[in-house]
Amino acid sequence: MRRHHDMGGIEAGPIERGEHDYEPWEKRVDAIMRLLTHPSRRVMTVDELRRGIEALGPGAYDAMSYYERWIASVTEILIEKGVITVDELGRTMSAVEARWRQERAS
Amino acid sequence: MSHAHDHPHDDGHRHPFQPDLEDAPFAYHQVLAQAVGDVLVAKGVFTAEDLRRQIEAIDAAEPARGARLVARAWIDGGFRERLLRDVNAAAAELGVDAGGIPIRAVANEPGVHNLIVCTLCSCYPRLLIGLPPDWYKSRAYRSRAIREPRAVLAEFGTAIPDDIEVRVHDSTADLRYMVLPLRPEGTEGWDETRLAGLVTRDSMIGVALPRVPAAA
Repeated sequence: MRRHHDMGGIEAGPIERGEHDYEPWEKRVDAIMRLLTHPSRRVMTVDELRRGIEALGPGAYDAMSYYERWIASVTEILIEKGVITVDELGRTMSAVEARWRQERAS
Repeated sequence: MSHAHDHPHDDGHRHPFQPDLEDAPFAYHQVLAQAVGDVLVAKGVFTAEDLRRQIEAIDAAEPARGARLVARAWIDGGFRERLLRDVNAAAAELGVDAGGIPIRAVANEPGVHNLIVCTLCSCYPRLLIGLPPDWYKSRAYRSRAIREPRAVLAEFGTAIPDDIEVRVHDSTADLRYMVLPLRPEGTEGWDETRLAGLVTRDSMIGVALPRVPAAA
């Protein structure tokens, strides 16, 4: 059965040809992925990125933006492989938010 | 940009406060992107310098790299053969890093026009022609490019006569494509740099043709 991401050949409307400039955080996600898949590291593969995106399910897939899907998938795969832990990530996310809050206040 | 009003600005009038981007709520995925990078740097998977350089490389990977390969192929038959055999190796000849994933060049010919798509996601020769445009990743393009390529091409203003065969190439995580367009007529004697100026990103995706010399 066709899964949600597998849309080749189905009917769809006109192509929206607008383009946006990539935001810094989007480039960061792209850069992280390139470094992780680089032949000198091979921490993960593009196939794994895709598997993670395809595992998001139709609801999340459509609700998320492109690089939101990427970072969600990268995070899942890294946790699955034991490269990072949920605990480390949670603590670092709290630290990032605290840092940003402080920068904004100053 | 948001200055679509007509009052003079030397009257001491102050604009209403507009929040800066930094004042927006912290978006979950932006925090996540920052944190994942920070954890990977802290664990030594890569360095902060690696990350910074990679972001610079993304900013630098303009379609110009791919355009150079196309222009060289137009003037050098031997290079063209090598490009069609192995894009990554041919790019390396010019000192261009095309990345670790194989890229195949598909050549337009007098009776054949090529178009590339990635129906499953967004595979694309990023190091040669930059980050993919939003439409390349869109549902409509991914769905329709293989079903009705001529209609898609027409939406991009590219009319392909019925007697020209249209071939669509669906990229994968393990093999990407770039289109090698036909050299425009009226460019005899042009040098590589001038020719490269005719090669656009969209002509290497196949939704458009190279610029015509008069408009260059």
